[in-house]
Amino acid sequence: MSAIGIDDIEGALGVSQYEEEGEFPVEQGYIWTTCSSVENGNPLFWDPEVAEEVTGGPVAPPTMVSVWFRPHHWAPDRSTPGLPLQIHFDLKEGLGLPEAVMSDNTIVFHEPVRPGDRLTTRQILRSVSDEKTTRLGTGRFWVIDVEYHNQRGDLVAVESYTGFGYRRTGEEAGQ
Amino acid sequence: MTTPTLLQRDVSVGDALPELTYPVTATTVVLGALASRDWRPMHHDKDFAVHRNGTRDIFLNTPNLAAWFERYITDWTGPFGRLRRVTFRMHGSIFPGDTMVFRGTVTDTGVDDSGCGWAALDIAVSVDGDAKTTCSAVVALPLDAGDNPWARSGDRWTP
Repeated sequence: MSAIGIDDIEGALGVSQYEEEGEFPVEQGYIWTTCSSVENGNPLFWDPEVAEEVTGGPVAPPTMVSVWFRPHHWAPDRSTPGLPLQIHFDLKEGLGLPEAVMSDNTIVFHEPVRPGDRLTTRQILRSVSDEKTTRLGTGRFWVIDVEYHNQRGDLVAVESYTGFGYRRTGEEAGQ
Repeated sequence: MTTPTLLQRDVSVGDALPELTYPVTATTVVLGALASRDWRPMHHDKDFAVHRNGTRDIFLNTPNLAAWFERYITDWTGPFGRLRRVTFRMHGSIFPGDTMVFRGTVTDTGVDDSGCGWAALDIAVSVDGDAKTTCSAVVALPLDAGDNPWARSGDRWTP
């Protein structure tokens, strides 16, 4: 984890960072709990025969892709949980922008995710804008991609986050 | 044998998806947060949400909202519908006591270079007429009863 300052941006663009494997394999129990939480009766997730016939085997809801990377609330031998979008926080720190919001989030789905898969994730900074002033304050927009691969190296999803880090009007940089 | 319930050729620009109405309770919020492994206190601890976040109550977390949108889309398509991409924009929070209403319309349809049929959708979840989160989605649909978007991979799946 290292701050990304204005002079570091060019070197950070397009570079894969923070590659990590999920703490546990994709599992059926969370699939059922998630479907239950939104009353999703799609037979792909409840009827093994339909899942086999339609997708070639058990499959996870595509929108669950980030679920497999949220760290346990507690685990032995761990002091500080990692942050899922560490580059976002590196930019806030390095650019001296104390506030930040996510304006939108796109997920593109590639190969299906299936129970038993071990997924890895990595973060890639795609762009940082010039300084802009919005009704929130003055700061910069940035786009961070999070790529997810399975244990065979297949791309399963790419999430793109657009963030806006800013200082409230009247605040000075670094305060 | 499972057969497609919705084909790409049956879908037209301007078609409305069936509306979904759901009364949100504290259980909805907490169950959704834990199902998506989101342990942050504003999704289960009302004191924290009110006094630290300045919101009126705990509120639905974004990953669980994504699961709600997926359910809304595949309720319409059936199991052969395969999500290609979704974009979310957050405008406001959804709290216990709110009744959320999902509405969606078809904004475009087509067949890509690999022969995969798709429909583009604009969806909003609203409370009392205010859109709280909006979603643009593209979902692959079978072209005919023998087609199956889930059978596509590699060069034949270009989402």
